[in-house]
Amino acid sequence: MTLRTPPSAPAWDYAPAPESFRPEIAEQHGLFIDGKFVKPRSGKFMKVINPATEEVLTRVAEAGKADVAAAVEAATKAQRKWSRLPGKERAKYLFRIARRMQERARELAVLETLNNGKPIKESRDGDVPESAKHFFHHAGWCDKLRYAVPGGGEPGPVGVCGQIIPWNFPLMMAAWKLAPALACGNTCVLKPAETTPLTALRLAEILQEVDLPPGVVNVVTGGPETGKLVAGHAGFHKIAFTGSTEVGKAIVKACAARPVRLTMELGGKGAHLVFADAAIDQAVEGAVQGIFYNQGQVCCAGSRLLVEESVAEEFRAKLLQRMSSLRVGDPMDKNTDVGAINSASQRDRIQGYVQIARKEGAEVLESGCGTLPTKGFWCRPTALAGVQPSHTVAREEIFGPVVALMTFRTVDEAVARANDSAYGLSAGIWTEKSAKMFEVARRLRAGVVWCNGFNLFDAASPFGGVKESGFGREGGRHGLLEYLAH
Amino acid sequence: MSEASNDRVTVLKTHKLFIKGAYPRGESGRTHALRDADGGLLGHLCTGSRKDLREAVEAARGALGGWSAATPYLRGQILHRLAEMLEGRAAEIASAIRETTGRSAKKAQAEVAAGIDRVICFAGWSDKITSLLGNQNPVAQPFHNFTSPEPVGVIGVIAPEHSSFLGFLSLWLPAVCAGDTVVCMASEQLPLPALLVAESLPNSDFPAGVFNLLTGMRKELLPAFAAHRDIDGLVASADEKEAAALREAGADNLKRVRVIKPDADFEDTHAWEGPEAFRGAVEYKTVWHPMSAE
Repeated sequence: MTLRTPPSAPAWDYAPAPESFRPEIAEQHGLFIDGKFVKPRSGKFMKVINPATEEVLTRVAEAGKADVAAAVEAATKAQRKWSRLPGKERAKYLFRIARRMQERARELAVLETLNNGKPIKESRDGDVPESAKHFFHHAGWCDKLRYAVPGGGEPGPVGVCGQIIPWNFPLMMAAWKLAPALACGNTCVLKPAETTPLTALRLAEILQEVDLPPGVVNVVTGGPETGKLVAGHAGFHKIAFTGSTEVGKAIVKACAARPVRLTMELGGKGAHLVFADAAIDQAVEGAVQGIFYNQGQVCCAGSRLLVEESVAEEFRAKLLQRMSSLRVGDPMDKNTDVGAINSASQRDRIQGYVQIARKEGAEVLESGCGTLPTKGFWCRPTALAGVQPSHTVAREEIFGPVVALMTFRTVDEAVARANDSAYGLSAGIWTEKSAKMFEVARRLRAGVVWCNGFNLFDAASPFGGVKESGFGREGGRHGLLEYLAH
Repeated sequence: MSEASNDRVTVLKTHKLFIKGAYPRGESGRTHALRDADGGLLGHLCTGSRKDLREAVEAARGALGGWSAATPYLRGQILHRLAEMLEGRAAEIASAIRETTGRSAKKAQAEVAAGIDRVICFAGWSDKITSLLGNQNPVAQPFHNFTSPEPVGVIGVIAPEHSSFLGFLSLWLPAVCAGDTVVCMASEQLPLPALLVAESLPNSDFPAGVFNLLTGMRKELLPAFAAHRDIDGLVASADEKEAAALREAGADNLKRVRVIKPDADFEDTHAWEGPEAFRGAVEYKTVWHPMSAE
């Protein structure tokens, strides 16, 4: 059964509320190496498109072997001086970056939405301010590193870091990688995702603007080949990767022969537990936020919604009702809830999983209001009912606005089902009984557990996974330890 | 410089108190002279009284709820803004230090730089205090048990007499950073840099009442600080005799009294920019929360 508009949903009629600001985008972008934008030695460029319109936004360089080598060389050359700069001087550079990001927030938010397809309200209220906050928070660590590590003494940096980031939160992932690395005195080569390099390049402009010493941060754009070159370069002391578990494993293998430090922030299949004693309306809102935020293209998304049987029917009805009011469409509209999927291949992947779910016996409930644009890549918010733990969609990461609905009867069963996954990134708990909340949180095998909330992030709070969701933490004191030799 | 400008009669300033974001003249109407290192007249100062202290404590108490509940991130950004404002007045502050202490321009500039950097340090401390001074406690019972630092409340600060900028900042920055509100007495002899800082505060988005500054006489104001029952803690640069009096009078409402020796070395960054700096500015709350699947 395909439910497009549930009978109870009112017919929503909205006037558009478009964001009018358009940042200037150059026709072509070079690589950011040693403090300058340079032409790629590879001579290659690739198109960057707006996934909501399929229009070409610009062309960016595709870094080849010589380019990556030049970036590593620049970072290596800059490392000693940067790490020997007193912490409070490094801090002032990071504070400057944070401030300039705040001041250029609107430009960054619009650019992020144009390039990624996420709703402008999310890039404006989430990605960009959180990214600035990450720099501000880590600026404050620069002169306090000796207090961050038990045992005393001034810890040193790891060295030169290769950092490969995904397309779902392009600027925020750049901030999560760069800010702690720089705070600890490391230098970086950042490789943005193939489809979403624009905000990282704009951040590089900010780095120029604030006079960050050349070579401390280098940005090499490109596709998977460039990523492989970064992961495989022997000049790195650390590789930090955020992306799929599959690629993460390949990187771990590629680095196996070298004594290189690793941070792996990989996939997830987040279990979102709703107990009968939860505030159901809030839990519905949390479930929606947990899976449809950023079109569900979130490694920690609450993609397995486990609801206690006694309230499952009520919950499902309310969830579908709420889903029917989600506005799908133009990401540049300030009222849009669900924007464009980042690429055609990702859209195809999501639709493939929906087909598999149908074939394996799940009920597919599509929803959302608004007319989908004719161009661009779209998926309506989708719930899969009647999913069994053995179904593919209960085990594999879909990375899209698709939630698998399941039920449980007891706390033990809820915990067992939640932990029945190769992944262990995030989990959520909804209950009004706080003693139960803490006990269930203790028993869940996940790096982050959200209670009566979901997809919560803060620069001061460590984030990361267990099991095949990877290792290492980002944010807070624990994230800092990943970039310190101690 | 033309000769005419040398003949120009300067405008003589009377520096006022800083209470609840405004600059009142003292309640008592008294003033005293502000002199440079050679005894020349630089202007006048309001002589703060016990009544002025009461006003300031009321302002600090009023601001405490909002300031202590503000996010650490916000407090950090406001402190950063203060550093931005002070950077713009660095030359003026350095010249105030030079004129009032007779120290060299180079030394004065170095003190200003160290002071502004200390503000930056505390801009970065606000959201680290709990991470570094709090922790989870592994109790042998089914409880989630954790201890977090919390602001003490209204802190009275007696600024050091001789380190009129760096020392002055060092005594109250940790408190404000941690969410306390402050009533500070500036150095009796060298109050000018503190007054210039107070002039920068409203432009730094500091809410009114979070920091209040009095000028006046130690022998009048110290006993008033010690006896005021709505001051929760004192961080005081004081000699042994003054310290004893502060502790004794402060015992009346169990004030936490942290005494700083008059010759303290404020260039010691570990002591004044490390976790130890928060002694007197925070106290600790432990929460026992049950864990049970029932």
